Amino acid sequence: MTTTTPTSSAPPDIVQLGPIAWLHKNLFSSWSNSILTIVIVALLLNFLRGFVVWVTTTAQWEVIPLNLPRFMVGLYPANQYWRIWIAFGIITALAGLSWGVLARQTAKLFSLPVLIGIGASCVFMALVPVPPLYRLMLLAGVALVVAGAWVGRQAGRKLPALGRWVSLAWFVSFFVVLWLIGGGLFLRNVSSNDWGGLMLTLIAAIVSIVLCFPAGVVLALGRQSSLPVVRWFSVLYIELIRGIPLIAILFMGQVMLPLFLSPGARVDRILRAIVGLTLFSAAYLAENVRGGLQAIPRGQTEAANALGLNTPLTVGLVVLPQALKISIPAIVGQFISLFQDTTLLAVVGLVELLGISRSILANPQFLGRYAEVYLFIGIIYWVFCYTMSIASRRLERQLNAGQR
Amino acid sequence: MRKWASLLLAASLSVATLAACSDANNTAEGEGGQTAASSGGSRLDTVKSRGQLICGVDGGIPGFSFVDSNGAYSGLDVDICKAVAAALFGDPDAVEYRQLDSTERFTALAGGEVDMLSRNTTWTLSRDAAGGNGLEFAPPTFYDGQGMMVRTDSGITTLEDMAGQSICVETGTTTELNLTDRMREIGVQFTPVVFQDADAAYASFAEGRCQGMTSDKSQLAARRTTLPNPDQYELLDVTMSKEPLGPVTINNDSRWFDTVKWVTYGLMQAEEFEITQANVGEMANSENPDIRRFLGVEGDLGQQLGLPNDFMVQVITAVGNYGEIYDRNVGEGAELQIPRGLNSLYTDGGLMYSPPFR
Repeated sequence: MTTTTPTSSAPPDIVQLGPIAWLHKNLFSSWSNSILTIVIVALLLNFLRGFVVWVTTTAQWEVIPLNLPRFMVGLYPANQYWRIWIAFGIITALAGLSWGVLARQTAKLFSLPVLIGIGASCVFMALVPVPPLYRLMLLAGVALVVAGAWVGRQAGRKLPALGRWVSLAWFVSFFVVLWLIGGGLFLRNVSSNDWGGLMLTLIAAIVSIVLCFPAGVVLALGRQSSLPVVRWFSVLYIELIRGIPLIAILFMGQVMLPLFLSPGARVDRILRAIVGLTLFSAAYLAENVRGGLQAIPRGQTEAANALGLNTPLTVGLVVLPQALKISIPAIVGQFISLFQDTTLLAVVGLVELLGISRSILANPQFLGRYAEVYLFIGIIYWVFCYTMSIASRRLERQLNAGQR
Repeated sequence: MRKWASLLLAASLSVATLAACSDANNTAEGEGGQTAASSGGSRLDTVKSRGQLICGVDGGIPGFSFVDSNGAYSGLDVDICKAVAAALFGDPDAVEYRQLDSTERFTALAGGEVDMLSRNTTWTLSRDAAGGNGLEFAPPTFYDGQGMMVRTDSGITTLEDMAGQSICVETGTTTELNLTDRMREIGVQFTPVVFQDADAAYASFAEGRCQGMTSDKSQLAARRTTLPNPDQYELLDVTMSKEPLGPVTINNDSRWFDTVKWVTYGLMQAEEFEITQANVGEMANSENPDIRRFLGVEGDLGQQLGLPNDFMVQVITAVGNYGEIYDRNVGEGAELQIPRGLNSLYTDGGLMYSPPFR
């Protein structure tokens, strides 16, 4: 028996419209639409003009370059900045390496959009208003990413097990970076009280994300569990935490916790904040994962049981991988909102990106520069959140590749 | 197998991260210092053995505590912390600053997280009394209070000059009540122009909608610098409410409280003796017995407090006298340019008065 592909089932030709035809179809298809288009474009242009005029003439940007080190690392001692640069180098190299390893199957690593992205970031780094040495370091960071990606791709093709080693490297690098930043063991101690700016934002966000993920998965499984105590505990925890605003949890950690502890005991403030963020996010994450778990057909579990897998294996090998894949968009959404929630740490007196901005804005030299500073940190937050969102979409595409 | 490996990895990751965090915590504690109450002794001994003062500041009040372009804490409140550190260790930089929110400042102090507060805290009975917050208030380092901002070219110099004029004020605050009370007291008619929002109030004032703008002096001074032409505005030398702001320590620890109190008084006394950062070295050779005792050349005033005898030399070398601190941070030498007013020495008609150093 032979199969023939009927020509009629070919996908319809994609109609390529010229720019004028496109405009006509999308913006000026009728009188009312034309008027709407013109009015909205006029409003937008007017707004844009006002914005550009403000950015180029009214705004006084000197507050940003003069305080850039503060925005990045807070009150970290200037003669120890080299430690941050080393940590930055480790992270960029590893990021490049992981990218290369993950993309080892793709036909072309440096496709056009990627090249444009690299070029744009090089131009950006070259224009950043920092001393030439720092600019060189930033460019070196980009170079490390590119080199790491190339090496990772080449090595990843030869050694299929490299992925696991990269995971291990990330795991080890976490402690190395923590040691570089915090000191101890041959390095001068830098009190966590002096950590700040974007560095503190990233530390708080990344540690909380890494910790809340396993906690959230365990809670989600607990809520589905057939053991009543485990189930009740999970439900109680999730519903309790989801009923309290994050700021209340953070305040409890910063203000009330010291009252319960013995007078001598003192828990690091950053650690308290991270625990608060983790406890909070774990509850929400658990609900996201539960959504994924419930979407897995019962047949999957039954088939796994029929094959003789016990419960941990069924969950770990069959149910969870599929459930997590389904819930990636929701999980990443949760991570992005966790990243933004770190701004609440400013309210409890930690000098992360938003908190340090408050202290910089209180400098009589820069009074009233709110718009410039908040626009600047807004862009930083956007860059990180958008990166996470792109990464999640790539991950989704890669994991779904087999299903399409 | 691989799945199990990654699961294991995730689990060990979470455990190890926790361990790492508690490590960071330990090192921070080792450096930051243990808390006092545990030893039962005075906080003074704890601070001395730690070799560093932990000072609670706000961190976001223009002229009082902020982060300057060099990445260091700066301001009037911060200089008080530096003065105490200089008195204790001869080193104004032996301070760890802790930014505290107004809700957590007293618990942080009571829980021993900070040794002292220098954080725009108003001295009131209920905060001082054992039945209230149970704190100890060192002498105020800044008498804030409701002030009045006017245009320099308006010719207004006193509240009486404001008869028949309109005054911008935020509604629903004690500021509004104070203004009404005070103006009725001196029998001056005026038109209040009330605003829900501070930004709108200052914008209207800048547009000339009212002749006066009233709020706390420190706030007015900070806002003045953000107006389009700051030099066209000035603060009247009047104070309509009591806001004495000063350093705070914990109750029932007289030795520590005395240290903070007398270092603060020392700053005022130094201004009265006209000892400045520049001339403190030669003043030590002064013939005046009061000055010789004050600077520790004679007598044992420092020892009685549990400090080095020359503690005031260290303090003045580090931050200068009270007048210098004021001018540098909020007075004529700074952007804020708040008139000395109540913060002058008593010899100039102000409230800054130190008991004798004898």
